[in-house]
Amino acid sequence: MIKISNTVKFLAVLILGSLAGIIGILLLVSRSDKETRRGIKQKGQEFMNKIRSAREPAAEPNLKKISNWGNYPQVQVKFHEFEDIETLRRLVDQSEQMIARGNGRCYGDSALAPQVISSLRYNKFLAFDRDKGIIRCQSGVLLSEILDVIVPQGWFLPVTPGTKLITVGGAIASDVHGKSQHKAGNFSDHLIDMEIMVGDGSIVRCSHTENTELFLTTCGGMGLTGVILNATMQLIPIETAYIRQESIKIHNFDHMMDIFEESEDWSYSLAWIDCLAQGQQLGRGYLMRGEHAKVDELATVKQRQNPLVPKKRLKLNVPFNFPSFTLNNYTITAFNTALYLKHPNDVVKSIVDYDTFFYPLDTVQNWNRIYGKRGFTQYQFILPKSVSREGMHRILNRIARSRRYVPFVAVLKLYRQQNGYLPFGIEGFSLALDFAIKPGLFEFLDELDQIVLEYGGRLYLTKDVRMNKTMFTQSYPNVERFINNVRDLDHGHKFKSFQSDRVGITQ
Amino acid sequence: MKDVLILGAASDIAKAVAYKFAGEGCNVVLAARNAARLTETATDIKIRHQVEATTAEFDALDFAGHAAFYEAIKPKPDVVVLVFGYLGDQKKAQIDFAEAEQIIDTNYTGAVSILNIVANEFERRRAGTIIGISSVAGDRGRGSNYIYGSAKAALTAYLSGLRNRLAKSNVQVITVKPGFVRTKMTQGLPLPGPVTAKPAQVADDVFKAYRKRTDQVYSLWMWRYLMLIIRNIPEPIFKKMSL
Repeated sequence: MIKISNTVKFLAVLILGSLAGIIGILLLVSRSDKETRRGIKQKGQEFMNKIRSAREPAAEPNLKKISNWGNYPQVQVKFHEFEDIETLRRLVDQSEQMIARGNGRCYGDSALAPQVISSLRYNKFLAFDRDKGIIRCQSGVLLSEILDVIVPQGWFLPVTPGTKLITVGGAIASDVHGKSQHKAGNFSDHLIDMEIMVGDGSIVRCSHTENTELFLTTCGGMGLTGVILNATMQLIPIETAYIRQESIKIHNFDHMMDIFEESEDWSYSLAWIDCLAQGQQLGRGYLMRGEHAKVDELATVKQRQNPLVPKKRLKLNVPFNFPSFTLNNYTITAFNTALYLKHPNDVVKSIVDYDTFFYPLDTVQNWNRIYGKRGFTQYQFILPKSVSREGMHRILNRIARSRRYVPFVAVLKLYRQQNGYLPFGIEGFSLALDFAIKPGLFEFLDELDQIVLEYGGRLYLTKDVRMNKTMFTQSYPNVERFINNVRDLDHGHKFKSFQSDRVGITQ
Repeated sequence: MKDVLILGAASDIAKAVAYKFAGEGCNVVLAARNAARLTETATDIKIRHQVEATTAEFDALDFAGHAAFYEAIKPKPDVVVLVFGYLGDQKKAQIDFAEAEQIIDTNYTGAVSILNIVANEFERRRAGTIIGISSVAGDRGRGSNYIYGSAKAALTAYLSGLRNRLAKSNVQVITVKPGFVRTKMTQGLPLPGPVTAKPAQVADDVFKAYRKRTDQVYSLWMWRYLMLIIRNIPEPIFKKMSL
């Protein structure tokens, strides 16, 4: 007997199937009456017209529908780009109600305004001192591009968030932080200086010692002081591109806090918690901590031969928005439980490349699409250390009782006090919860706001999309000074975002 | 490490080509008018790719200065990429010969002037690659841009003749014919998305042709077949079409 391989069978079915389809269509067309045929012809013409009209220039060439990483809200904005100072100055002179935007990785509406000025094409490196580890670049350069340059030459970013796909300008405007916040502080702590184009089109240099008011207002200032043009920063030396990582299984909240305290000397630490666990198990999960690995700590000969150049990793993609029922209470519970149970009981030590340690999600392009087309938001709050335990208990219990608003992932981290006028960081614990957006969610989060406020906590503006004015002004201590500075600097609120209007900074 | 000279380096395609070759470890010289405006680009290339990147003053229309320009380039390039060109305004060129002249001189006369010099030097050295960026517009004259098209057609013919001559001397001549490309030159023109390339895609095609020693390449690849069709439309029909 002749064996027919599956591929041949598949192809045969495919060819026969399409033949049958074509014959069917031909039969239908030949038997149809004049009316139907005219209808088909009309449809065809409409289709061709559509193609032709797509070639016509739009009436407003700059109009573009955009959203940031949370895919909510999606707004029609005037979208501008610039490659040189003259173009930018013209834009700043002629526009009102504008905000600079980098790679759009903030979650909500911080980088959305009626007029958006994209810095992505303003992305040149200006200088790199490879002996001192000082780099200077324009604001549209991505952190990933910086890493590509500096890691092979033995340097690393002093502070990096959980994605490297953000611009330098965005990193400053959000004064981002990462797994090292408790030791290394925020992005702005490592800036040597920067230049900003303010509302009247002039360029001002500022630093920790020069024009400090502008500097402090710009760092974490959500782009409201002007357009950040370039920055100089101090890097940290590394021997290898690898991280010596320890992962520890955590059984409950007390255990979690103990291990965080114990890990305070580690450069990097972060915990994932199973936000659906109840009672005794509340706060279970695992904590990851890490240090830059030395050459002699590397695991394999291959790593030691080329310690600064790790193997390239495969990129994955989420090609379309998942249907909204993908993430429901059952799948989320199953996912979280599985993640907890699969972790061995003791400490797991390993050597991983920096991408695996810092940017696990960057390898999955468009991962935000798993939340469906309605989008998602991250509710990231921080509570002072002394009340963290109690406050988090209450918030997690409140979520468990709701049964309707279930966060998919929850990330916990210990912080220290942050500089600037809109600092998110205080000495305490922060928890970040990802929620798919659905009706009623924002009202529910308003309820959580009350608990956060009661314990003297606050929310992270870069992740926020719905906080109201009262919550903002009551939780951030230097709001008045910030608002005054912004008013002085930006010439009548030329720069504003939907967020800054909503929380009452520019309105 | 190969040295690459890019002529007309201020255009978007040229910059993309420069970054591509630098990314593959080649040193680049960016030659253009007002070369000072390319200093930042050169610095950026140096930092990103750890290669040498310099700028040089070059004007395609200054025919008399071309010999001195090429003389001053040190070290002598292994690869010369000719990117400069001028789309111009067809309607204006129909009534104003100065515009027509500028289109012809930039796209063709200037190219002949500088490539003659480069070709002779490469021939003596019996080494080197010349890459000329022509255009699909040169494949058949169309009512909407035949002055630009005819100049590019002349460039295509020149490159093919040069390839024929230099084949005996181990010098590779590559003709690149981009279709629509989204650049400063075509800003504001309504370009059909699926057949419109980004400058980086053209640069990738240029580098691939260089590495594989291809003689002629269309960018994007489908233009080869699109142009095959367009070239073969019978003239009596073609003249009645609005293209």
